[in-house]
Parts: sequence; structure tokens; C-alpha cells
Amino acid sequence: MSNGQQPDGIVGRGNREGADLFRQWFSELNRTAEQGGPSAYVFVMGSMCELLRTFDLPVVFPEINSLQMAVRRVAHEYLNQAEDYGYSPDICGYVKADVAVQLRGGEHPIGRIPKPSIAVLTNACNTYIKWGEIWERMYHIPVFTLDIPGTRAAGTQTWKGDPDFENDRRYVQAQISELIALCERVTGKRFDIDRLREVMGCANEMSRGWKRVLEFNKSRPSLFNALTDGTIYLGVANSFRGTPEGGRYFSNLVDEMAYKAARRIGTLTDEKYRLNFIGVPCYPIFRRFNELFTEWGGTFVHSTYLWFASGGTNLGFEYDLARPLESLAEGVLISVRDAMDSMFYQDRAILEMVDAFHLDGVVYHPIKSCRTTSTGMADNRRSLMAARDIPSLFIESDMMDRRVVGEAQMKNRIDAFFEGLASRKQQEAIAH
Amino acid sequence: MNVRTFEAWRGKPLDEVLYECRELLEDTTFPTVRRWRESGGKVVGHFQVYFPEEIVHAAGLLPFKVCGAPIAAVHAESRFGSYLCSILKTSLELALSKTIEFDMFVTHPICDAARNLGAVWGRNFPYPCQILYLPQNANSPAAVTYLRDEYARLQRSIETIAGRPVTEDDLRRSLAVYNRNRFLLRELYALKRTTPWLVSADEAYILMAIGGMIPREEHNELLETVLPQLKARPNKKQDKIRLVFEGGFCEQPPLDLIRAIARSCYVVDDDLLIGLRWILDEVPVDGDPLLNLARAYLDNSSYSPVQHDLRKPKEKMLIERIRNSQAEAAILTAAKMCEPGLEEQVAYLHALDKEGIPYFISEFEEKMTSFDHLEIQLETFVENILFN
Repeated sequence: MSNGQQPDGIVGRGNREGADLFRQWFSELNRTAEQGGPSAYVFVMGSMCELLRTFDLPVVFPEINSLQMAVRRVAHEYLNQAEDYGYSPDICGYVKADVAVQLRGGEHPIGRIPKPSIAVLTNACNTYIKWGEIWERMYHIPVFTLDIPGTRAAGTQTWKGDPDFENDRRYVQAQISELIALCERVTGKRFDIDRLREVMGCANEMSRGWKRVLEFNKSRPSLFNALTDGTIYLGVANSFRGTPEGGRYFSNLVDEMAYKAARRIGTLTDEKYRLNFIGVPCYPIFRRFNELFTEWGGTFVHSTYLWFASGGTNLGFEYDLARPLESLAEGVLISVRDAMDSMFYQDRAILEMVDAFHLDGVVYHPIKSCRTTSTGMADNRRSLMAARDIPSLFIESDMMDRRVVGEAQMKNRIDAFFEGLASRKQQEAIAH
Repeated sequence: MNVRTFEAWRGKPLDEVLYECRELLEDTTFPTVRRWRESGGKVVGHFQVYFPEEIVHAAGLLPFKVCGAPIAAVHAESRFGSYLCSILKTSLELALSKTIEFDMFVTHPICDAARNLGAVWGRNFPYPCQILYLPQNANSPAAVTYLRDEYARLQRSIETIAGRPVTEDDLRRSLAVYNRNRFLLRELYALKRTTPWLVSADEAYILMAIGGMIPREEHNELLETVLPQLKARPNKKQDKIRLVFEGGFCEQPPLDLIRAIARSCYVVDDDLLIGLRWILDEVPVDGDPLLNLARAYLDNSSYSPVQHDLRKPKEKMLIERIRNSQAEAAILTAAKMCEPGLEEQVAYLHALDKEGIPYFISEFEEKMTSFDHLEIQLETFVENILFN
């Protein structure tokens, strides 16, 4: 340290370890597929990893599998196959890519995906439910819909003790009990509440860390790019939820952020514009998409993606291990509800972040594939701009389908946005 | 409130009654809602598919079924992105353009797009806008009590709008009105199934659909008057194939499209505005009305692509609908950009292939105005069945 060197290469450790963990997770899935072992198909918003890991079920995230295809630029091959099977070009690309993987017997660009023994999905995205029905028809496996009531109207979230909250919690808790019985049947294992406590303890460490990491990016310069680095962190947050490795990873990540914050080590050498990214990234040209912003000195200091795609882990909800089932119901209800809020009612939260994160602009990225995140985006933007004078950009493309990704048009729009930001900064400088 | 909103049909012969009903259904100024409001009434708009209208009715308010309209989304277009179904935009347009003025709006988590509506609506209007979280785990034993209490929560919101409490007796009276309506709609559909030459697909649709825009007592009176007249028609059976129309559970096809289909086929059953016929039988009026309503929603109900229920696999239910109505084929359609409808089409077509049931695949949009191409394709499809 005294000679200015980093302790154990702490800067960038999160990305390196994240990539290693991700490879490790995928190798295990590959091994499970080769050995014909059981697996649980789950989703990022309410994966219920806490419970599934208690039964030692490997978890498969088809959303992550699909985005990997787009990042590797082979998604179109899978999309075409699903469309030949009958699926419309106008439905979610994640679903179609997964259908093609299943039709290919689990063959995926990174390896082989095991067949599901059970699928657990929440209603955080309705497409999850339709997706589950596809596996139900293909494999005749139990598909469990964990129904989590969301916020009824903006700003009306209820909390513990409120009769409406208690009605929701009882419903969620009853379903969790039903899911436990189902897992017992599927795995042939007895439910072990102490094992659940252990898993929940690891999830607590992760939630604590994730919340801190997100807060750290209020630092100037920003310590990580919410779009690129954030996606790596998200991968670990989902695939290693409830594991000691996952908990440790986020504790280490907090240390890395603290180290960088103390030394003002930013993600860009010259950070000019601090942006918030709303929506799902453009994976078909993932690196280039980010470069279109970083080339102008723009960095994403935050993203709603880090909220909803972590299933609301950003809240940092910590389970009370003394009453695990009740607390699990509360935690899942509050966290997944927050994930939904970050898609439907995000205008209020973004408004609060403008000063806290020193935002220069907000980038909205609605996509063809996802109505959940995209339907209300234009109106959220309208509302934000009515409440606060902050520049924003609205660019449409997709997370999977390169047919609707027009890089040249996108670049034009992004360049114009930055020119506007530059002019604004100049005018502010003149005024002061 | 005892306000009559639709009087034009009264005392007229059947053909004129049907004409007046069609005029009302196609009037995108929604005069019945205006008349209700002019009489001092309040209106609760609820988006597709199912809504427990009885709770609104019991409070003396007008429940209005918000299901879009064949209009341009002049104001609403800027509130949404590109890849969306039309119904979402035109529904909001009705409110933004003040064509319909609401006192409250309720949507449901039926699909990824519609669940956004509560938030979008809430940012644009000062009146209460909310999501009614109908249970999406229909197979959980806990769903009934959850839904009962969710209905109670909704009731409290409605009482605030109405400015008075809703008693159990109020609810029981409303259940009775709606039970009668459900009975009459079953009669109408039975007529369609058994003697489709007595009521065409478009006539049946018109008679059903206006139920979503007038007080249910008025709808009952209309159906009670018209049903015996339809049964007494001297129409003769024609050489048309019998088929089921599937895909009209949310956005509605233009009336001219239904009419075009009716020209070459007997539509003996369908899922058009299935929410109005969601509950299959009478809801008991004794006991806890909200619990009875919740039970009926979950345990005695139809099916649609937006509800997952292990007891009702959709392709099995469609085949049952086809068999029960003795249909020879199906039209599998979906509104453009309707994700659940388009996804379900795949399951349907594979199931019908397996069963050897012919089907005709199409997409529609509520604002479509040209049906010539579709009509020719459909006629070819029908001829293939007739002559094979």
C-alpha cells in the first residue's frame, strides 16, 4: 500500500471474480446436464434461490442464458428457429431463444443447459408465466407460480402491520409452504429449516453488500459502470444468491468500492457526464452500445436494471433468521414488489436520485422484447421532465433481436444528446 | 342510481333493436356514459379482462368496461413506446381526450403491458387509479381468502368515491342482477351454439358487448326482450361450417371483421369479451358476498391466455370449446402485439394439429378497416373444409 500498489489487485477484482464465478456456475450446469441431474428453472425477479438451495437444486436462469446468446451475437439463429416453430416476431426474444435451446436439447453457445425438474416463477413479469407454460407442455414438470401482489397505486406501498400488507404476506407465506411441499416431492428430500437459515444468512450478506455497492456510486468519479460492470455484478447476484461464495463476493465488492472511493479511482479516466440508464441493455451490440456513451465521457452511475434484475435485492432487505418462513415471505414480498415498482413507478425514485447521484442526464431504453419494462417508459420520462429540468434521451431497440437494433441511427441520437449536454454545461459555466 | 342510459331500442321491432344496439356500440362518443354522468352519476372504468363489477354496482356507480375503441391515439401515442397493442393506447386516449370522464380507474396484471396502465393513468389523472391484483396462482388454496380480502380493499376505495359504505345487502342485490345477466348471456350463447342461423356472430356480439357500457339492469331488460324474438325468427339453416373464434379476450376485433366472418361461417362459440362471461354460473347470494365472488372467479370460471390455472390448460379448454359447440374448425387469432395471445396461438395450433382440427390463423387490430383479403383467405379455408 505504502508504495502505491493495490492490496491483492483489489481494483477490478469484482469483475475478475465475477467472471470466474459465472464460468464456474455455468460449468456446473453443464455437468448437471451431462449427468442428467435435476435442476430448477427460475427467473431473476424472485428466484426463490433461498428455498431451492435448501433442497440442493441447481438453479438455471433462462433469462441469463438468453442474454448470453445475444452478447455472443448468435441470438438470431435461435430466434429464427423459434419463429419457424410458430412464435411471432413480436414476442419476447428471451422466450424465443430459450424455446430454441430446449428444441436443441439444451445446446447453448456456452455449453449444455440441464432439463428442468421444476420451474419456479413469480408474476413480476407476466411473460414468466407464459414461459413456464411452455416448459409445462414440453416436459410435463411442476411449474409453480409464486404470486406476489405488487403496489396498487403510486406511493401506496403498505408495510408490516397494515391489514393490506398482512393479507399479501399471508398469501405469499402460504404459497411458500406449498412450494416447500412441492420441492420435497420433486427432490425426495425433507425440508430442513436450519439449512434454510444458513442459506438466508448468505443471502443477507449479499443483500447488505449489493445495497452498499449501489450507494457507493454516488462517489465522484463513479466507481463502476452500472451497465457493463453492473451486469457482471448482477450475474453473481442472481446465480450465487444464498451461497457463501455469493455473500463473500459482495462483501469483497464493498471493500473494492471503499478502496476506490477513498482514492477517487473512477471507472472512466475522464468522467464528464453522469447518467442513469432506465431499462434493459442492448445486448446484441453490448460493448458498442456502451462505447457510444463512454466515447463522450458519459458513464452510467446507476440503472433501474440493477434494481429489477436483482429482484429488488437493492433494498438490502435482511431476513430475520429467528422466524425464517415469515421473514422469507416478507422479504420476497417487499423486494419483488420493489423490483416491480422500479419498472412501473420509477419516475419518483429517479427524481430523488438526480441530486444524490449528481446526474447529468437520464437514458431511457425501451425495447421491443419487454413490455414490462418498456410500456410506461415514455410516460415516466414525461413525468420526470415535468418535475425536473434534466436532459433525457429515449432510444428504442431490443435486448435480443438485432433486426431492430439500428446502430447508426442510435449513434446519431446519442451524439445529439451529448452535444446538448455539452452545450448545457457551457451555458451553466457561463452563468456561474 | 336509477338512470336509463339507452332507450332508443324500446318498443321497436327486432331488426331495429339490433340496429340501435349496433349504433350504440359503434358510437365512439360513448353517449350512455355521458347520460349517466349528466344525471349526477359516477363512473369507474376497469380495463380488460375480468372485473368484479358487482362491487361498483353495489355502490351505485357505473362500471364501464374499458376495452379501447377504433379511434386514433392522438394524445396517448406520446405516453407509450412503439411495440404495443392498440387497445392500451386507445383506452388511455378515451380518457385523455375527455371522451369518457372517469372517477376511478382500475387495471389488472393481465399482461406486461396492461399492468403498466395503472401507473401511466395515475400520472395523468388526479382521480384514483389502481391495480386490482387478481391472484395469478389460481391453484393455491390461499388464493380465495387472499382475493376476498383484495376485493374488500377495492370496496373501500370504491366507497370513498361513492361517499357511502357498501353493505352486504347492497352486494347481494348486485349479485342477483349480475346472476340474471350471466343467465341471459348463457342463453344467448346457447342459441348461437344450437341454432346459429337465428343469431349471427356480429348480432350476438353486439348484444353482449353493450353490457359493458350500460347499467346491467338495462342490459337484462334488453336481453329479456330480444332473446324470445331471436328464437322466433323464421331464418333457415344455411350450408356454412361451424367454427370457434379464439383470440378476442382483450382487444376486440372490429365489428366488420366479425361480420365478414359471419358471412361465410357460423361462429358457434368464441372468447370475445370473455370477462363478461368469465363466471360460468350463479354466484351464491347467501353468506359472504365477497368470498362468494372470489370463489366464483377462481373455481367456476372460463379460461383465457392471461390466466394460468393447472385445472384449465388452455389448449385442452379450446378443444373442449370446439367439441362442446360441435364446431368443425377454429379461427386462431390474436391482436397485433398482444404477447399472451400470440404466445397462446403456438400452443393452440400444435394442439389442434394433433387433434386433426383445421384452423385459420390471423392477427387483427381494432382499427383495421379493410377485410377483403382476410375474407378471401377465409373463404378458401372454408371451401377446403367443405370440399375435402
